Amino acid sequence: MVIGATLTLVFLSLAALSFIYTPYNIQSFDIPNKLQRPNANNWLGTDHFGRDIMSMVMLGARTSIAVAVLAVGIGICAGIPLGLLAAARRGSLLDELIMRGNDLVFAFPSLVIAILITAIFSPSAINAIIAIGIFNVPVFARLSRGAALPIWERDFILAARVAGKSSLHISIEHILPNITNLMIVQGTIQFSLGILAEAALSYVGLGAQPPTASWGRMLADAQTLTSIAPHTALIPGMAIVFMVLGLNLLGDGLRDWLDPRTKVARS
Amino acid sequence: MIRYIASRLLSLTLSLIAASIVIFAVIEIIPGDPASFMLGVGVRPDTLEALRDQMGLNDPLAMRYFSWVTGMLTGDFGISWTYKIPVSELVDDRIWVSLPLAIYALFLSTIIAFPAGIIAASHRGGMGDVSIMGATQFGVAIPNFWFAMILVLIFAIKLPWFSAGGFPGWDDPLLALKSLTLPAIALALPQAAILARVMRSSLLDNLGEDYIRTARAKGLTHRQALWRHGVRNAMIPVLTIIGLQFSFLLAGGIIIEQIFFLPGLGRLIFQAISARDLIVVESVVMLLVFVVILVNFAVDLAYAAVDPRLRSCE
Repeated sequence: MVIGATLTLVFLSLAALSFIYTPYNIQSFDIPNKLQRPNANNWLGTDHFGRDIMSMVMLGARTSIAVAVLAVGIGICAGIPLGLLAAARRGSLLDELIMRGNDLVFAFPSLVIAILITAIFSPSAINAIIAIGIFNVPVFARLSRGAALPIWERDFILAARVAGKSSLHISIEHILPNITNLMIVQGTIQFSLGILAEAALSYVGLGAQPPTASWGRMLADAQTLTSIAPHTALIPGMAIVFMVLGLNLLGDGLRDWLDPRTKVARS
Repeated sequence: MIRYIASRLLSLTLSLIAASIVIFAVIEIIPGDPASFMLGVGVRPDTLEALRDQMGLNDPLAMRYFSWVTGMLTGDFGISWTYKIPVSELVDDRIWVSLPLAIYALFLSTIIAFPAGIIAASHRGGMGDVSIMGATQFGVAIPNFWFAMILVLIFAIKLPWFSAGGFPGWDDPLLALKSLTLPAIALALPQAAILARVMRSSLLDNLGEDYIRTARAKGLTHRQALWRHGVRNAMIPVLTIIGLQFSFLLAGGIIIEQIFFLPGLGRLIFQAISARDLIVVESVVMLLVFVVILVNFAVDLAYAAVDPRLRSCE
């Protein structure tokens, strides 16, 4: 978990730092200085327009993180209320409708639909967020429903009902705090999937548009250059791998740390 | 069992109907008139109107939906607006690239993941386990299109063992398989990492069960107990993941096909989207969804065959 948290923190800091400082301005081209290997001036080398890759990786981190965070946000904001509602009205028509709706979204090949959405509504970071976000909704809905159901059977919920609290009240005051840990862990995993999805969409030209830097876009630009300047493809790819790896390790670590049962098992 | 199959069939049909409505609706709200897109600028209004009539764009929405769905049921996917040939012919050419690619990748992913997961579980905490689990963490984090680029760099450019792209057709099956090898590896590796993790944790759950202890007590070696009882029982969650992976591989192929210039369904969708050839887009997407739903249905049935308890749950 320490490794995961460190990696995640490094990328978050790079993204935050890019708001106030990048080593070079990536809007200006420096063609004579193109495709430089990593050196003292350009730590990670330059791309085919002579832009500093370090600066682009920093700005790309910002794009990737922003898209993934907002996409997970859509999943959480829409999915958890739906899941809680389904759990509160378990067995009802509403529950059935919500769960079948979830199954339907799961049945769609997510990448195909994300491509379709971004292609229809013109490619942009916003549409990439929506396309990735839609597929996060059923994940959170199903998980929160599944986690909420056993809690509804507990005595303290019965006490709250006897005290006259409404289902809405109970869901927010008693159920939600009890499933928060699980949602945080899932959030980390969906975050890493969001980074991968954003990279894939911008790789095929359907994510953030130039001049916004993005890791997927950098890889697409590097594709024809791999034989003469492998670093242009290796570096953005490594950035994606380490960011996702960091988030996955963090998610695994958080799950062990937040789950009291594994704590008991360890001690 | 019959009731179980009937309920799964009903849910399969409902899913397909819902999916077709969603796809049709999404395509409907696409801005831009395909007829004027085809004819370009400066076209006479009556020509445009005639083409709209011919393409059925002036019919009511419900009628167009029904003619699309009934057409598909009889294998008539409509005529591509840009290629001017039946969509079914376009699909027929390309599915023999996409489907073998997905199956090849699934095969590779399974033969990598099974031994890896079993070795990791049976040597829990040992060097083998730690290194396999470390490798799977990387495997899950690697974007398959980047991995594809690296494979091309190493095995097609530095070492000229494979071609960097293109597909020679199935006239020479060995050559065709060879050209699908790098794409299939690129698709399979991240999935193999996931599958190996599921295999390991499912097997570990089972190895802690009483029946394994009983098997050992009646004289089976660790290896025999593992293979005869552990692995077989660990298959249930593994089957689900394999089912899910098939749809990932089919859809994930879309991007990999772009990298390796494979003439499959993925490239067809991209070309059709950019040419606003909506009839091709909706039919191919529907076909992919159909395959995914069908595979999930098959997984459900396989479940019931493996685990009799599930039949009575429904």
